[in-house]
Amino acid sequence: MIKLFWRDVTLAVRSGGGFGLALIFFLIVVVLVPFAIGSDQIMLSKVAPGVLWLGALLACLLSLDRVFGLDFEDGTLDLLATSPIPLEGVYLAKVAAHWLTTGLPLTLAAPIYGLLFNLDFEVRQLLFLSLLFGTPALSLIGSFGSSLVLGVKRGGLLLSLLVLPLYIPTLIFGAQVARSAAIGQNFEVPLVLISIVSLITLAILPFAAAAALRINLR
Amino acid sequence: MLHGMSFSVSHGEALLVRGENGIGKTSLLRCISGLQAPKSGSIELSQTLAYAAHVDGIKGSLSVMENLQFWSHIYGGSNPKPALETYNLSDFAQRPAGNLSAGQKRRLGLARLLVTGAKLWVLDEPTVSLDAKNVLLFLRVLKDHLDGGGAAVLSSHIDLNIKMKAIDLINFKALKSDGNFEFMELLE
Repeated sequence: MIKLFWRDVTLAVRSGGGFGLALIFFLIVVVLVPFAIGSDQIMLSKVAPGVLWLGALLACLLSLDRVFGLDFEDGTLDLLATSPIPLEGVYLAKVAAHWLTTGLPLTLAAPIYGLLFNLDFEVRQLLFLSLLFGTPALSLIGSFGSSLVLGVKRGGLLLSLLVLPLYIPTLIFGAQVARSAAIGQNFEVPLVLISIVSLITLAILPFAAAAALRINLR
Repeated sequence: MLHGMSFSVSHGEALLVRGENGIGKTSLLRCISGLQAPKSGSIELSQTLAYAAHVDGIKGSLSVMENLQFWSHIYGGSNPKPALETYNLSDFAQRPAGNLSAGQKRRLGLARLLVTGAKLWVLDEPTVSLDAKNVLLFLRVLKDHLDGGGAAVLSSHIDLNIKMKAIDLINFKALKSDGNFEFMELLE
């Protein structure tokens, strides 16, 4: 399982793996926002936490269809399914690799991008924390989506439609944490809630994803 | 598609599945490897198996060696070097697997079977894109595998010059009635 994790990380970082794509996409979204809603400092710093969360969430979507799609196309998934590793383990290894190459870079980048909106240190700190606890859920839910749309031609679009509604709880609590400092509310409750979302998905989705993979490999 | 089928393969035996396109060879092999469930009946395995199909599951951006190392770790970590030598791939070990020719990729796919250490090989058209020389090489490796107590179930269009049980899916009914497999006696 650890080998599979490192192989996926290696594949993502090597040429054609799409590493960095999410970060640049995230940056572009963030830079576009002032053009869309105007350069009013106060308004921008009000919407910034939400915009940064939304941007990170959309950037996370970009690489999701690769999680299982590539291995399905070149037959690796068949071979993994017949190997001694359980499919639940395959899923967890792939989620971990996706988080390390997408979720973690986005988490680290968000506080830096926050500077573009002139956000306070405290807000940027909370943004970092909320993404740190929330992005695992994004990877878990997204990879599950990826296992559902295997074998569907141009599954990427369908994947977005499936996954985005499932991202809503994570987004609500995540943005709430980042906003709470700005509006003077307690940040601990939404932070606990977002961690709960991550933990529940971690407990349930490996089995759901493995079942989806088994059906799609038939 | 197929029904009323019953067979067993034990140590040192190979079973060749023959039949025209679309008759169910791949479905049968996928059922054996557990990728597909049979509609009824059961499949019992006493050994770990290694499955190899039309696509070899090779990652183009990893080197030949890295590809094999990955599979060797998945199956418990045997040294991939002898497998590379067996299939004459040592010269390409450090090359990205994406640059290999179709035949070389197939040899890499077959070398993967050696590093798995699995006793039962389930092979779907293993000789596709191999030239005559490499088909012979494959047969030699297969024979060594069988002599070493291994077993194999494979499908192939071309006649393989090795003594093994064969099951003909076209004449399947005839075979079923007497309950015996036709034995192919070919050159060794």
